[in-house]
Amino acid sequence: MTAETPALLRVRDLKTYFVTEHGKGTARAVDEVSFDLYPGETLGIVGESGCGKTVTSLSILRLIPEPPGHILPGSLIEFEGRNLLALPAPELRAVRGNQIAMIFQEPMTSLNPVFTVGDQIAEAAIIHQHLSRAAARARAIEMLRLVGIPDPEERVDHYPHQLSGGMRQRVMIAMALVCHPKVLIADEPTTALDVTIQAQILELLDRLQQELGMAVLLITHDLGVVAGHADRVVVMYAGRVVETAKTDELFEHPLHPYTEGLLAAVPRIDALPARARLHAIPGQVPAATAWPTGCRFRPRCPHAWDKCLTEPPLLESGAPGHTARCWLVTEPERRQASR
Amino acid sequence: MTLVDVRQLVKHYAGARSWFGLGRAQPPVRAVDGVSFSIASGRTLGLVGESGSGKTTVGRTMLRLQEPTAGKVLFEENDVFALDPARLRALRRRMQIVFQDPYSSLNPRMTVEETLREPLQIHGLRGEVAALLDEVGLDAAFAKRYPHELSGGQRQRVGIARALSVEPQFVVCDEPVSALDVSVQAQVLNLLADLQARRRLTYLFIAHDLAVVRHIADDVAVMYLGKIVERAPAAEIYAQPRHPYTRALLSAVPEPNPRATRRRIVLTGDVPSPAHPPPGCPFHPRCPHPRKSERCRTEPPALREITPPAPPPGHLAACHYAEEPM
Repeated sequence: MTAETPALLRVRDLKTYFVTEHGKGTARAVDEVSFDLYPGETLGIVGESGCGKTVTSLSILRLIPEPPGHILPGSLIEFEGRNLLALPAPELRAVRGNQIAMIFQEPMTSLNPVFTVGDQIAEAAIIHQHLSRAAARARAIEMLRLVGIPDPEERVDHYPHQLSGGMRQRVMIAMALVCHPKVLIADEPTTALDVTIQAQILELLDRLQQELGMAVLLITHDLGVVAGHADRVVVMYAGRVVETAKTDELFEHPLHPYTEGLLAAVPRIDALPARARLHAIPGQVPAATAWPTGCRFRPRCPHAWDKCLTEPPLLESGAPGHTARCWLVTEPERRQASR
Repeated sequence: MTLVDVRQLVKHYAGARSWFGLGRAQPPVRAVDGVSFSIASGRTLGLVGESGSGKTTVGRTMLRLQEPTAGKVLFEENDVFALDPARLRALRRRMQIVFQDPYSSLNPRMTVEETLREPLQIHGLRGEVAALLDEVGLDAAFAKRYPHELSGGQRQRVGIARALSVEPQFVVCDEPVSALDVSVQAQVLNLLADLQARRRLTYLFIAHDLAVVRHIADDVAVMYLGKIVERAPAAEIYAQPRHPYTRALLSAVPEPNPRATRRRIVLTGDVPSPAHPPPGCPFHPRCPHPRKSERCRTEPPALREITPPAPPPGHLAACHYAEEPM
């Protein structure tokens, strides 16, 4: 992850817009998003509903339905030197599911109910690696064992409805990893799961990442998940990246008022005393069709001044490897003492 | 003073029949299997558990939104399960519920005002919609809006206002913030705490998230497979969890602190089906306790006071080895 290592995946000025239902407006769901993913690292993308994190991940694999969505010209998604947005469909398919794989939030709806889990895991190996049916089945069993499913020889012939939610998410992971991808995009991989099952799945992802050496893009709304599992973090708000830093740095010295607010709003089991009042960010995330002018966080920001109304802040570097989209980075004396 | 007293509450669902009703009936699903607790007036009991633990069924059965299989619920000495429909309706004014999903619990064809007026009409009460909206932090202009025009947080405020419109004493809050984003979740949690202080409300706060519960509950009960496995004052249960399941649950909460050095207890396996609960202690197949023994497989542990009693007393755990270190 040093400066000399070239990024595996470079996202530059990604803009993904949607035409809204009645053609009345354009939702600028993702608006000039840039970040790098380095080999072997876990990059967390955090934000609340409507901040654009899922649209970003779907854009990387060009899974945005067109229409109503479209990725604007000028956006760049570069994987190993090739712009995925300019790739012809057959070449894109050779990357998708093979070198870049994805797991989704809902293990209930992301598996096909009429095929066995073995068939679904084997499919990618047959398509991308041209394995025979028998070899693909053997690979599927091997993958089920890798993701910690007991009795894989038996489970390979089971249908999704015969498995629990946690087991289904393990099958999803097995499907994603069957071709040994270089990048795994995990979009809220544990949000639908109970906390004890979440702990199992996160531990599994950590172990597999170490064993297989892949890079993981971990998309989540949960700062706790990011704290325990990401090397670096990108915080998104209102379609934009508002802060990027190493995980320790972000949690210890957040620069953006939104990140600060979010950290203070998280309920904690170590809080003292019990029944402590939470810090709440006033208001709510605005609609993507009507982002506020200037800084998009301004209506909810305790520090905002007139400049924030008229001039959209740029991503400024506050420390090495730590950037934030806030005028406070360059004018820290404007910070209000009380929060 | 005790406001609500739940005694040996049981709710079983008849098992589905296989083969389109012709085959043998499946065993009943023991959603709630002998749950007892009481809540003192003005206090909050946090009821915590994972999916399928029975926590939501407890809340709904207490209000008789579902009929119980067995057991008793006393609300200020009234036996809720023995009331005739007229007296039950009168009592319902004093016990209300806030649902988890603010998207499906509001009628999409009714304006906010109509939603808030309906319970008042049912109970023949007068009430100010504008004052109610103000109390939950919404502008009076929201009265004319429909649910689809509101955000999740605003809808949940309307759900809270609807519950409060009939001036209840007791409110079951069934996962009221689980569907909300963290910044809005904090707003709604603070609102619930403020309303409790102002109106002297008593809450049963049902949640899967121990961290959320910590910010609202005075006492916490943890459920697993239809049973309460541990119950204690909140400060006590977070500092000194005694049941291995509570310990595992607490250690699995992702902490927003990258330097956290907590010891993680990662449980193996899944929660068993409540139609086929394991014999003995329901937690024994997943239990990581070093003292786990044959006794756990055969003898169901009773929910009992920890010995010697922790100061303050009232720390109960259903584990044969609750006093042993893990």
